[in-house]
Amino acid sequence: MKFKPSALVAALVFTATSSMAAQTVVGLITKTETNPFFVKMKEGAQAEAKKLGIKLLTASGKQDGDTAAQITALENMAAAGAKTILITASGDAIIPTVKKVQAKGVQVIALDSPFEGADALFATDNYKAGELIGQYAKAAMGGKPAKIAMLDLFPGHPVGAQRHNGFMVGYGLKANDAKSNELSTAPEIVCAADSFGDQAKGQTAMENCLQKNPDINVVYTINEPAAAGAFNALQKAKKTGVTIVSVDGGCQGIKDTAKGVIAATSQQYPLKMASMGVQAGAEYAKSGKKATGYVDTGVTLIANKAIKGVDSKDTKVGADLCWGKK
Amino acid sequence: MTMLSTGGQARVVPWGALGPWLALLATCIFFATQSDRFLTGENLSLVLQQVMVVGVLAIGQTLIILTAGIDLSCGMVMSLAGIVMTKFAVDYGFDPYVAIACGLGMATLFGLINGLLITKVKLPSFIVTLGTLNIAFAITQIYSESQTVRDLPAEMTALGNTFSIGSTEVGYGTIVMIVLYVLAWYMLRDSSPGRHVYAVGNNPEAARLTGISVDRVLLGVYALAGLFYGIAALLSVARTGVGDPQAGQTENLDAITAVVLGGTSLFGGRGILLGSLVGAVIVGVFRNGLTLMGVASVYQTLITGVLVILAVAADQMSRKGAR
Repeated sequence: MKFKPSALVAALVFTATSSMAAQTVVGLITKTETNPFFVKMKEGAQAEAKKLGIKLLTASGKQDGDTAAQITALENMAAAGAKTILITASGDAIIPTVKKVQAKGVQVIALDSPFEGADALFATDNYKAGELIGQYAKAAMGGKPAKIAMLDLFPGHPVGAQRHNGFMVGYGLKANDAKSNELSTAPEIVCAADSFGDQAKGQTAMENCLQKNPDINVVYTINEPAAAGAFNALQKAKKTGVTIVSVDGGCQGIKDTAKGVIAATSQQYPLKMASMGVQAGAEYAKSGKKATGYVDTGVTLIANKAIKGVDSKDTKVGADLCWGKK
Repeated sequence: MTMLSTGGQARVVPWGALGPWLALLATCIFFATQSDRFLTGENLSLVLQQVMVVGVLAIGQTLIILTAGIDLSCGMVMSLAGIVMTKFAVDYGFDPYVAIACGLGMATLFGLINGLLITKVKLPSFIVTLGTLNIAFAITQIYSESQTVRDLPAEMTALGNTFSIGSTEVGYGTIVMIVLYVLAWYMLRDSSPGRHVYAVGNNPEAARLTGISVDRVLLGVYALAGLFYGIAALLSVARTGVGDPQAGQTENLDAITAVVLGGTSLFGGRGILLGSLVGAVIVGVFRNGLTLMGVASVYQTLITGVLVILAVAADQMSRKGAR
């Protein structure tokens, strides 16, 4: 008998497609496997997939910025029959591969981190997250002149720019709009330094800022680890009465807010991003209708102390909805 | 001019020894003209506290590079040791000193494993430590669930505290770093195991023929380097007040950068340990000085890159000159 490879391939493809037709497959690709934010996201996706009877595939990069692993995962998931892929992009390098799988009829939804060409984006409004803590810091200062330190992420990241500029607008300062990728500045901002969203680097950045201007009384931080680092630096320099604000809403950050280390933080909701993503996958499989546009997954101001005129929730509410070890 | 004792032969290394100091001096003069806050005792003490972790990692890295090896895993081993000591103390309630010893032991063990794979299985150090880099990183993330360990006992963070000399706050950790440098420098210069390190780096075959056990020297160097990474972990924990699974990711290459800036030859056998301290301080001074000037940190990265290439080029040229 003559061996016919094409027949074998056809048979394989047939079995593969027929078994796929039985169950909708949705893929979830996160930046890292272990970061509590993404653990929570995966939790949300798994729960929703179980509820809807969807098969969920998951993958992640090794660390933030590891786009190569995400590209491989996109290809593998599309090959495994996923018709919807949810991804928190580690960088724009994934875009050409996203276009390729979209051309095969796969719906690709961006979670948390926007990128060009996604069918839809389910994410926190980071500009608004910044505005909320800006308003809170302004109210907390009660008209005192501000000397602000900005502990940013790193150059060129849209989320870093949106939170930074949003904070400034919330504080009543002039800044670029939400589309801008550039960090605005103002005379009230006496120091800006990159924290890389990392506690040790946040501490170093704050120490250097205090050398530049010892009278800093408001500190904006890109996330809660950076805020913890800033607090450490302030304590070592024996500075008190400095208002630190942040963004994230992880359980450790909420604990820090309860302790007063952080005055207020804008909490975001990774679980919701993922569960909405899985729902969109189910809808696409059923009706062929893709999700479109931007969907705000909400942000809540969690404050140590409520201030009149600023809408906020207390840390108990924050702790119920936080991610990571409670 | 510094005389370098390299396993019996003495050699004059003028530029390699002076280059880093001149670079540091020039950098400091520049920043002093740019900001009146730069040259204060308080600020300079702060820079030393900021570089102590990389500085101590660089001691271990220097030992390894002197043997013509390289260790890509140093920052990750440090990160793992930091998580081990903090988790043992906080989650399992170990006595803080026992927990610290466990962390140091873990780092030394990793160093020893690196050394065994290099000497017994005869693998190149680059490949071995590339492997342990990933292994240590993964274990750290899995074991810590990527969560920082908090509420540490005071004994663990004591080295992050400061004491006053006049109006300047000096960090205990800075003192530890300087003492370690002096001890290791003395050992390398004046003890026979220290001179064997240079000899093995210069020419392992010649070292073997003179009766030096090359394998034993290498094993000792890698294990000792591991111990230094463990101490760096303790300093990092003390400075930040938490066990941080994200620690060490940039320090990994920063330590190699410090060694190279300090004038130690990547080809082994040549270099002065104190240069690595100067290399670490140069990077810290740029970060601090540029923030004082209000310049974005990405320029620090740019300048560091240029300096690394200049340092290696200077080493290459002095090697050619020596032939």
